[in-house]
Parts: sequence; structure tokens; C-alpha cells
Amino acid sequence: MTVAMAGSDEPIGVLVAGTADAAVRVTPAPRRGLGGLVGGGLAILAIALTVAVFAGTIAPHGFDDQDLAFALQPPVGAGGTWANTLGTDALGRDVLSRIVYGARTSLLLALASVLLAAVVGVTLGLVSGWAGGRIDAAIMSLVEAQLSLPYLLLAIAFMALLGPSLINLVVVLVLRSWVVYARLVRVAVLSMKSREFVMIAVALGATDRRILFRHIAPNVLAPALVVSSFQLAELIIVESSLGFLGLGVQPPTPSWGSMLSQGREYIASAWWLVTFPGLAIIVTVLGANLLGDALRDALDPRLRTSVGLSLWRRAMDAMVTRGKGSRRSTALGEGAVEGHLERGGGER
Amino acid sequence: MARHVLRRSVRAVAALLLVTAVVFTLLHLSGDPAYVLLAPDATPEQRAVFRAQYGLDRPLSVQYARYLTRVVQGDFGQSFSFQAPALGVALERLPATLELTLAAMALAVLVSIPAGVLAARWRGTPFDRLMMAITLVGQSVPTFWLGMMMIMVVAVHFRLLPVSGRGGWTHLVMPAVALALWLMALLARVTRSEVLEALEQDYVRTARAKGLTERAVAGRHALKNALLPIVTVLGLQFGSLLGGAVMTETVFAWPGVGTMILDAILKKDVPVVLAGVMLVAIGFIIVNLALDLLYTVLDPRIRRA
Repeated sequence: MTVAMAGSDEPIGVLVAGTADAAVRVTPAPRRGLGGLVGGGLAILAIALTVAVFAGTIAPHGFDDQDLAFALQPPVGAGGTWANTLGTDALGRDVLSRIVYGARTSLLLALASVLLAAVVGVTLGLVSGWAGGRIDAAIMSLVEAQLSLPYLLLAIAFMALLGPSLINLVVVLVLRSWVVYARLVRVAVLSMKSREFVMIAVALGATDRRILFRHIAPNVLAPALVVSSFQLAELIIVESSLGFLGLGVQPPTPSWGSMLSQGREYIASAWWLVTFPGLAIIVTVLGANLLGDALRDALDPRLRTSVGLSLWRRAMDAMVTRGKGSRRSTALGEGAVEGHLERGGGER
Repeated sequence: MARHVLRRSVRAVAALLLVTAVVFTLLHLSGDPAYVLLAPDATPEQRAVFRAQYGLDRPLSVQYARYLTRVVQGDFGQSFSFQAPALGVALERLPATLELTLAAMALAVLVSIPAGVLAARWRGTPFDRLMMAITLVGQSVPTFWLGMMMIMVVAVHFRLLPVSGRGGWTHLVMPAVALALWLMALLARVTRSEVLEALEQDYVRTARAKGLTERAVAGRHALKNALLPIVTVLGLQFGSLLGGAVMTETVFAWPGVGTMILDAILKKDVPVVLAGVMLVAIGFIIVNLALDLLYTVLDPRIRRA
């Protein structure tokens, strides 16, 4: 619960939008070893990030060093040598080195896009929830329009029609995530509006801006952090999906997705070309998902396995007890969609 | 309720207009179909005739208005690349997409709802932990990679199933399993957490006090109350899969809506892209409306609210 004293500026505690006290559980969820999971997820991401940043020093070869005499060499353990630990592709390029350089495209790009999307989405969500009325309707109809289309098709259309440049790629990735932040933050703001600490701030004559950024925004940070972990996982997969379709970063720059699409042609003869870049994706995405899960449980044990559905339930409760008929569909839609969008990996 | 559906519908139409306008603009910005579709050595006159034939020589706003007028009359225009009505080209792929979607969803429901209920019942046991670990990994695997691995191992190495394409049920197995995995993981998690929550409620204590078996308590009382979010997730997934599972369809060369729209985008076949997008968006909107109605059936509280 978030508690605030009349004169104090900062609410204590980090919960999202409370359901006030109505939903306090009788039996608290037993704590698991969350520290380990946070650590595990963080460690994986830290390693991946280090690899991405120091790709130049870590990679044994350049990412575009071709040597046709050594084309399609198998990895160590399957008849290959340590010169090319994970084998080589059809142009004789070292697979390990390309995966290492690929971390740059895949991870750094996703990371930058998540941060950008968070800034855009949180801001719009705050404004939408607080301002209400026409501004709210306008922002939410944008969200709704975007969500009424399968995202991947939109992304494909965007990249195919406007050209696969780096900027377009970032725009497409930000487009995926901003809606998630905007919806989450809006719901949080809506339910915080009637909370005591906000009322008191209003009564004390605080400006809208002050209330939004000093009182409400800090309470949104924790869930936004959780969402960011999941969105990082999601965007890594989106980026590799686009790369796989040939609509991501263009060759010779390696990305995990484009490596998979090149490897696909040798699926019957060179298994390592498809296997290893895929494992790189899985491990990194798993790291981000682990971190998200652990962060969520640590920040709010009540939320357990699903931020989204918990929000959904809160929206439900609020709706039923207050009986606001007109809010019905939005409240339902929001929470439910949040649960659906929550974790990465949905690009099929 | 009628008012509510009406309100939703109005918003849905507004969303549809916005979406088509964006797609229209995108397609327009991306270049002149007269250059993409006609042979490189076509004369300027031929290109002009082509543009006039499809109305591409008018201002964008006029084109959009004309397009909308025709759509309302059920005419989605002619495909540039197939000499056939665009709507027909799009609709033709719908059965394949439905087949794949329904197979994957059925598979996911059959596996993950029992798994989720059991995990909730045996919370904290090794079974529960294993389940959670599997679902976490399941949600981290890109579907298209899983598809390729399956092709490599099952189809190429062991030669058990056909590599790709659509035909009998043997063709359906691999794409359906690949597509189902993520949904299975999601659904198992949702089921587990909702059943867990339901198990803490008073009516469950009452059911136990009545002397019902644990199985009846978890399987009947708790699951029933957990249904709403499960149905929501399923419905939304169904809605988004109507647009075709682009990645899965691409990997397995499955002739569904997803690959159709992908091809049309790459060929800049504007009428087909628009028809496909409309189809998908309308399907999605219908699913959402149906969900709203279903809520009132599953949870009478909503009817009174």
C-alpha cells in the first residue's frame, strides 16, 4: 500500500495503483529464492551486453572475413577445429564471431528501442490518464487502432515499404512497445487519481505537473521496470523475426535473425548455421524474461505470475464496486490485453 | 448492453478508418506501382495508362475517398499481380489460416489447462517448478527457430513428416505444434495463477468443508472461476492469429493469410494488402466484441454493473 502523510511529498512504497485495501490476501504467497533469479537474469544480460559492447576484442575473427576454402566447416566436436569453434557459413565466415557481432545489432538495438519506447509510452500514459476527456480519447484511439492490427504485419509493411534503414527499424520497435507502457501507466494513473495522497496533493494546491511527476510517476516506475524487461525480450525476438524475413539490418552486418535466414538454405547440410544463432536468441531472451519475472515478484509479491491479469482483476473489482457502466469495456480490454502483451516471444 | 456494443462498434470503425488511412499512406509513400509492376522497358504512355486504369493519377485523398466508397459497396478493387478481385485473393487463404490456428489453439488448450490446474494444486512441488521452468523457456523460444529445428530433425533427418506445404494432417502437425508452444506456455501460466488465486477464496474453503475431493475443488470450483481470464487470453490470441502466423507460415510455406499479406506487401499489390488488412482488422474487432459479450455470460456481475 502506498501511504502518504499530509505534508510529505513522497508516497512510501512502490505498488502500482492500489486496489485500496479490498484485495489484501489472507494467505501471503510464500517467498521463493528470488534473489537467485534476479541474479541469473541480470548475469545473462550483463554477459550478453559485455559481448555486444566489446565484440571487436572478443570475436576471434571479423564478422565479414570470408574464406571460401573453409566454407561450411562443422563446429568443434562434429569434425571442426578450434580455429572456427562454432563452424563457418557458406562464405567461410566464422559463426562464433558473427554471433558475437550480432549481439550488437540484436541486443543494443532492442535495448535502445525499449528505453525510447518507455519515455514515449510513460509520458503519453501519464498525460492520458491524468488529463482524461478528449486528450485521453485521442491517445487511446491511437492505441486501439494499432492494436487492432497484428503488429508483425504492420512492422513488415513499414520496413518493406519505407526501406530497412536503422532509423526505420528503431521506429518499428518503439511502435511495438509504447502501447504497452501507455496502457499500463494510464490504468495506474486512473486508479491513483482517487487515492488519498493524490487528493491531499490536490487539496494542498499542487500543480498538475507536480502531482503527475512528483507523486504519481514514482509509483509507476516499478511496474514500468518490469515491463521493460519483458519488452526487451519481445523486441529481441521482433528484431530477429524481421531479420529472418530480410527486413532488418542489412548485410554484411550480422544479426541473429539474418544469420538464421541465411542458415535456412543449408538446413539439410549445415545444422550449426541454424542452431547456434537461435540458441543465442533464446539465452538472451530467457535472461530478460527471468529478470522480469524476478523483478515483478520482488517488487510486488502479490502480483505473482502476471502483472497483467492482476491489473485486470483490479480493474474488474473497481468496475464492479463502482458500477461505472461506461468504463466497462475499456477497463476489461485494458487489463486483458496487458496480460496478453506482457511477456516477450509473441511474434509468430 | 446494446448501447455498449454500439459504442464499441463506433470506436472500432474509427480505428479501422485510422488503420486503413495509415496503410494507404504508407503504400503511397513507398513508390509508384506503375514502376514496380510493369516491365522495366514499359513506355511512359503505358505507365500512364496503368495509373489511369487503377486511379493512381488522382490526389491521395481522392484515391482514399474513392477506395472507401467502393469498399462500402463491397468492392475491394482488382489485385495488381493476380488478375482477380482483391477480396477473393485474400479470402481464398482464410481456410488455411483457420485450420492452423484452430489446431494450434486446441492443442494448447488440451495441454496447458490441465497442466496449469495441476501446477496450482501442487504448488511449490517439483512438478510445479518444472512446469514454470518449461513455460519460461517456452516463452523465450522464437517460433520460427523452433519450426526450423523441427524441420531439421523431424522432417529432414528422421523423414517422419513432410517438410512444408499444406495437405493432409501430416502437413499440419509441425506448424501446429510450433505455433502452439508459445500459447501453451502462456496459457499454462495464466491458468496456474488464476486457479491459485481462486483456491484462496472462501467458496473453496466451503467446498472443502463440504467434503469434496481436492480434485473436484480445483478442477471444478476453482477452474470455473479462473475461466474469464483464460477465455480472454484465448480470444485475443485467436483474434491476432487471424492475421496469419506470418513467421510460422513462412517457415513451413503454409499458404495462409500471413504469407499472402507478406507477398502482397513485397510486391506492392496495394488492393490485396488493403483487403487483407481490412479482413484481419474486422476479424479482430468481431472477436473483441464477442469476448465482451462472453464476459457477461461467464460473469453475471458484469451484467449488473
